[in-house]
Amino acid sequence: MAQMNMVRALNKALDETMAADERVCVIGEDVGVDGGVFRVTKGLLDTYGENRVFDTPLAECGIVGTAVGMAIYGLRPVVEIQFSGFMMQAFDQIEQNMARFRRRSRGRFPVSMVLRTPYGGGIRAVEHHSESREAYWAHTPGLKVVIPSGPRNAYSLLHASINDPDPVIFYEPKAVYRAFREEVPDVPDPIEIGTAQVVREGADITLVAYGAMMRPTLEAVEDLTEMHGVDPEVIDLLSISPMDTDTLVTSVSKTGRCVIVHEGPRTCGIAAEIIARLNENAFEHLLAPIKRVTGYDIHFPFFQVEKHFLPDADIIVDAVKETLAYE
Amino acid sequence: MPVRTVLNTTIEHVSILDEDGNFDADLGRDLIPDDDAVRLYEHMSICRHFDEIAFKLQRSGRMGTYPENRGQEAASLGAAYVLRPDDWLVPCYRENTGLFWRGLPMEMILLHWMGDERGNQIAADLAMTPQAIPIGTQLLHAVGLAWASKYRGEDRISCTFFGDGATSEGDCHEALNFAANLNIPVVFLCQNNGWAISVPTKIQCSAPTLAQRGMAYGMPCVQCDGNDIFAVAKVVRDAAELARTEHRPTFIEAVTYRLGDHTTADDARRYRDQAEVDAWKKRDPLLRLRNYLSERTLWDDDREKALAARAKKEVAAAARRAEEIADPARTDMFDFLYATLSPDIEAQRSTARTSSLGVDPTQLDDARSSGIEEAV
Repeated sequence: MAQMNMVRALNKALDETMAADERVCVIGEDVGVDGGVFRVTKGLLDTYGENRVFDTPLAECGIVGTAVGMAIYGLRPVVEIQFSGFMMQAFDQIEQNMARFRRRSRGRFPVSMVLRTPYGGGIRAVEHHSESREAYWAHTPGLKVVIPSGPRNAYSLLHASINDPDPVIFYEPKAVYRAFREEVPDVPDPIEIGTAQVVREGADITLVAYGAMMRPTLEAVEDLTEMHGVDPEVIDLLSISPMDTDTLVTSVSKTGRCVIVHEGPRTCGIAAEIIARLNENAFEHLLAPIKRVTGYDIHFPFFQVEKHFLPDADIIVDAVKETLAYE
Repeated sequence: MPVRTVLNTTIEHVSILDEDGNFDADLGRDLIPDDDAVRLYEHMSICRHFDEIAFKLQRSGRMGTYPENRGQEAASLGAAYVLRPDDWLVPCYRENTGLFWRGLPMEMILLHWMGDERGNQIAADLAMTPQAIPIGTQLLHAVGLAWASKYRGEDRISCTFFGDGATSEGDCHEALNFAANLNIPVVFLCQNNGWAISVPTKIQCSAPTLAQRGMAYGMPCVQCDGNDIFAVAKVVRDAAELARTEHRPTFIEAVTYRLGDHTTADDARRYRDQAEVDAWKKRDPLLRLRNYLSERTLWDDDREKALAARAKKEVAAAARRAEEIADPARTDMFDFLYATLSPDIEAQRSTARTSSLGVDPTQLDDARSSGIEEAV
């Protein structure tokens, strides 16, 4: 056990998986000498050499397509796309090939690769550097989408993702990268991709969030319990696809009320999918309409006003109070 | 001197057996032994017949859209002939001759175009990827495959095929740039067949050759007569040697022509002159090789007749195998999506084609009727 931030925890997972499995290699822009612009791949070039840690030409589509080719010949590439906003240049290779090669070759060519990328707002970044478009990838059959919320689960989930036989989009909440430290174990916790975590048990209402939004959600929980006497249950989704329907349904069947938080745009967002599943599986237990606290249906604004775009604890508290007041 | 020339260069065009039957004995020496030349001609002829039958299957409603290969038989075959059996072939969809030469059963291509996914289930011992339908995406996979081979310390290389249109795609340029700068052992074989559906090559590229696209990335590049199997064999052999020994890629432009429509859904008469097609018919790769063999008394009318009968029989058998395969199960489409299906997709799989996803179909009738009664 050691205290570390999320960047260190991710680096530890990369280092350990590379040490354990020669098939694991790291590929991306500035991942070598520079150690990644957020330093997640720091030191890997020195340890594993340039045959396993590659700086590529500047081309996201090229990186993903090449990694697909490496994966279908048995390597386990871990791709870094410098910011998730740049993934759009690789959309074609992700959708047409990374996500479907196993299926279209009927199992002959599985694509065991991870695409890591920092996502989300809150760090006063320039245009195109704050997007939260996980819904695109959750909508794409053949992919898994994983979003950790803290150093400890980031460490274990990156291990699980690299060892997964299928392609994983691994969204790293960059607002959390260096935001806090946490005890990280020496060996990964056995978290399975596709399993959500109940981080607080409660009776009155279910709060669902993931990634960077866990922080304002937990802040809201503090306020709700201390100031308003509310006893919320909190679910950290961790895996957007596949989604842990059972944990969501079990919780909401108990509480009857639910608020979902994400920073991505609202329309056809992850909250919409969660509501659909609760509608299908927990309809008779619902005591109030399910509320969404999300980003607006606009492009991520320039950073001067990003605080007005990103959900915060106050708005989550308001949404919970409104949901609890519904009769 | 304030102005100086920093680059002067030339692009070579390789032709060994031209359309008039002239054969360059120097370049062609020890390239394709007579026995192999006969086998290659036979193979191309069978593939030509395969094309005709595939076209008829489509026209008679027994197959979906099909892209004829007619006129382009030499390019992928010349490559497959000189490459090692374990070198990766990364094709688009006009490489039947090369894939069949390597051992892909003909019915696999038919199944693919019949809309049966089992046509993509290539046996594990065949070093090839399924036909890539989106244009140009496969070049990057060839780079990745070759990179993985180098990473593993093997000397397998990859050879990817694409058309003139694909050279306009970003993926193509990214693949060339990666391979050249990172020393990846790939042979890029562009089949310039003159047309990307209705768009002529000049709209894809204003330069006099496509070959020089490779030069822009700092890799060797060459143009060859793509209807001359000797020329293709030579340039691919040289490129493969360079890739295998020095990890250097090569860009090859094989100049050929699509004698048929883009696919059976296209009508090329709308956009190109018959005179152009007729001129290219004289440069047909089959005609040329047949004349070569005849002049050397390696071929005659009797053998041609026997070959026609053999082609008919082999292709008919392949078509029969493709048509007689039992229908796939309705759950088949779910089965290769992930190594293990998530509970949600498993539920969709097990209840596929019931009106209410997630409901056990055996209980559906009861549930439905009791539900309706209660509602009434």
